[in-house]
Amino acid sequence: MFRLHNNSMLKYTLIRLKRNYLAVVGFIILFFLIITAIFADKLAPYGYAEQNYMMIRQPPSSTHMLGTDEFGRDVLSRLIFGSRVSLQVGLIAVSISLIAGGAIGAVAGYFGGRTENLLMRVMDVQLAIPTILLAIVISSALGPGLFNLMIAVGITSIPRFARLMRAAVLSVKGMEFIEAARAMGASHFRIIMLYILPNCMAPLIVQSTLSVANAILFAATLSFLGLGIQPPYPEWGGMLSAARPYLRNSAYLSIFPGLAIMITIVALNCIGDGLRDALDPKQKR
Amino acid sequence: MKSLHREIPLLDIRNLSVRFNTDSGVVHAVNNLNFSLRKGKSLGLVGETGAGKTTTALATLQLIPNPPGEITSGEILFNGQDIRKMTEAEKRLVRGNRISMIFQDPMTSLNPIMTVEEQIVEMIALHSPMKGSRAKKRALEMLDLVGIRPERAGEYPHQFSGGMRQRVGIAIALACEPALLIADEPTTALDVTIQAQVLELIKEIQKILHTSLLLITHDLGVVAEICDEVAIMYAGSLVEYADLRTLYRKPMHPYTQGLFNAVPKLDSEPGGRLAVISGLMPDPVDLPAGCTFSPRCPYAGEVCLEKPCGMKEYETGHFVDCYFPLRNKGGDLG
Repeated sequence: MFRLHNNSMLKYTLIRLKRNYLAVVGFIILFFLIITAIFADKLAPYGYAEQNYMMIRQPPSSTHMLGTDEFGRDVLSRLIFGSRVSLQVGLIAVSISLIAGGAIGAVAGYFGGRTENLLMRVMDVQLAIPTILLAIVISSALGPGLFNLMIAVGITSIPRFARLMRAAVLSVKGMEFIEAARAMGASHFRIIMLYILPNCMAPLIVQSTLSVANAILFAATLSFLGLGIQPPYPEWGGMLSAARPYLRNSAYLSIFPGLAIMITIVALNCIGDGLRDALDPKQKR
Repeated sequence: MKSLHREIPLLDIRNLSVRFNTDSGVVHAVNNLNFSLRKGKSLGLVGETGAGKTTTALATLQLIPNPPGEITSGEILFNGQDIRKMTEAEKRLVRGNRISMIFQDPMTSLNPIMTVEEQIVEMIALHSPMKGSRAKKRALEMLDLVGIRPERAGEYPHQFSGGMRQRVGIAIALACEPALLIADEPTTALDVTIQAQVLELIKEIQKILHTSLLLITHDLGVVAEICDEVAIMYAGSLVEYADLRTLYRKPMHPYTQGLFNAVPKLDSEPGGRLAVISGLMPDPVDLPAGCTFSPRCPYAGEVCLEKPCGMKEYETGHFVDCYFPLRNKGGDLG
């Protein structure tokens, strides 16, 4: 594990995080999800595309714990494989928006003036377009597929990160230690990377965690609309979409993917809230 | 002013003017400022809040935020070289390395997420080839110099008290042995006992490293402790400039004298009113046409209202910006 720096901020944060019951539960769930995604092929009792025409739309039983779908595929196995997609989309899409939005926001906030105006107005224009519409446009332009889905989801939340970053940079930029760093002869790049960004991390970490949940939901939405992952590869949103016609007779087909999405998102939101409280310096106890 | 000393001064500021373009008008923060500082000497720049002291310091380092600030004229000669004409990269080499600065508030002038050791190493890494363990060793030496035990090097600024933090600030500023140290009200945010310690420390280190010192303050007592020369600043320009003894024995400008009179005296009557200079400093957006001090000056004549006097050398090395300098009236701090 990490060797924690004596009295470091990380240590304080972890101590405060541990006191937060919900955040700990969230972390445990996330941990299990990650394990599930990594060892999906070992954990799943059946293959995700393994069809069995003798067992179409069977309710949960001892052989198929969560039942089978309209092609006789094991729902549990499909959910387990689906966690890979969801987590990947969540992490990579958020990384895209964090890096792009963070960079735009940091440059806008640090340099100000015309640069800021230009960048932030572009962001405002993007915010004016409904996110779902934008995501649909991007993913239909790029075509379906996992990577394109991540790009589409990532791009839609760039403005939120840019605005958050800009606000954080503005509040740090006015501090005297930035002026002190300039008086030390540090370059703009160095000041942004070593002085401003690390001091802006707290709100961004929180926003990222909450955004992962959002991105998973978004990817599920796009898959539901048929723009995400293509069959036969399972995706929770896609499974939900496919289960829709059987809602009346085989409700479990929609309940389990829905539950999977819900649990993941609740876990991530708990982590996000916990981190927000833990990283808030005003709550030092 | 050059007649005073033949050697090239370390810092020679000539006709410096700085203004800020704000919504409410052009703020003339510094107007035609002249002073020089020799190697190893210390100059106290004294004035009330808003007189342009900090602006002068930031202009010296070329750190005036632009916009809204702008250096409109003047030369800032450092070792005979005009800092204003340097490229951005050259300026960065001067900052911290040749000229460094101690800031007013030690609570906010340190990076909260770096250990104090890392912050000193940062300064060293920026300006010297020292890397890794050598830079660390140097950082510990600097901390030792300012009286901080090496065990505390790995701690964060919030774990230090105000006085300790200012010591760290001094250690950072002096890590590259700059030729000039600008201290911008280094003791204002500290309580009186710590003030004395920090001043003592600055004075001591200045002697050890032969650093020149530009001390910005509004406290005449602080200046008396460590400076060789004093410049009194009012509304963006100097009004009086002399060596410490001369100025404290015989302040000639009515403003300087007002400042000395305003210092409470030990033998003054209890319950008596404190002496004040009536009025306020003029709005830097709208400076008076004549002498900037004329609206508040009890001795002002007609000529004072019409046009500024400009610095005149009334005695050797004693410059006063006044038509009617006061003679034979002493302050009693010297």
